[in-house]
Amino acid sequence: MTFENPIALTSGKSEMASTEKKNEKNFPLIDARGPRFGAMITVLMLSLTLVFDSALPLLVQGVVFMIGATFGPQRTPYAFIFKRLIKPLLRGDVPTEDVRPPQFAQAVGLVFAIFALLGFASGSDPLFLIATSMALAAAFLNAAFNYCLGCEMYLLLTRAFKR
Amino acid sequence: MERLLPVVIVLALASAYGLWYRSSRGRVKNSARAKLIALDAKTLGGELGERATLVQFSSAFCTPCRMTRTLITDVITDMPDIRHIDIDAESHLDLVRRLDIRSTPTTLFLDGAGIERGRAIGAPKRNELIEAITALKA
Repeated sequence: MTFENPIALTSGKSEMASTEKKNEKNFPLIDARGPRFGAMITVLMLSLTLVFDSALPLLVQGVVFMIGATFGPQRTPYAFIFKRLIKPLLRGDVPTEDVRPPQFAQAVGLVFAIFALLGFASGSDPLFLIATSMALAAAFLNAAFNYCLGCEMYLLLTRAFKR
Repeated sequence: MERLLPVVIVLALASAYGLWYRSSRGRVKNSARAKLIALDAKTLGGELGERATLVQFSSAFCTPCRMTRTLITDVITDMPDIRHIDIDAESHLDLVRRLDIRSTPTTLFLDGAGIERGRAIGAPKRNELIEAITALKA
């Protein structure tokens, strides 16, 4: 998986509704509280995975990560729940953010989920445990501390792998 | 109940890291004297301010970068002797490595001679930003 081209990650852009807000570089602006709500459900799913030693919630979460990484975090089932049930309850200004940072985080989550599923399928407990724990830690940091994974990881990865 | 243990450990470690993260991001710190190298307009791709220059490193996957840009632009408006240069970190990796920039946004506070006097990782807190600029102008 490569993170070098942000445009490749938002290839579903052309299908988006014309009413969607865009930033100066024409990337969608989304309600910043949406991905954070999604991270809360992610924490729940990955905790269930560890507590019940079950691949089912992990698999569901993996599919959600895949949707988020491919079509954007505003296209996941969690985003749908947020829009339908949570957003109507929220008041005050809507904080917006560029879709790319949370989409990057979804892609990183997907990589962890794939490794965790490989660990489960191959019977490798350490791989399953460590990869799930990494994804859980990242989702928890996002939900509880508004952690920006893209800010912390992207440049380090680029520095390490790109000349 | 022992199955709860991994979850508890992960959440406890993540909380410890999260508290450190929250308290360290956005603080303006003085730069160590040992690292002081003058930066010029050619290296940075923009003219230096007469009294001070704020050099911001940004990336595409960074929500606080936009906030930082807006904040700095707002604070230095009406300060013609202060300049703000926003650099795309990804396309300036040599400079990023030389200055040891690890995450975005990172803002360097340069004095009139282009020497780094301070840096902030994460979106700077407004009051610390103003303080740092005042200190540079003095």
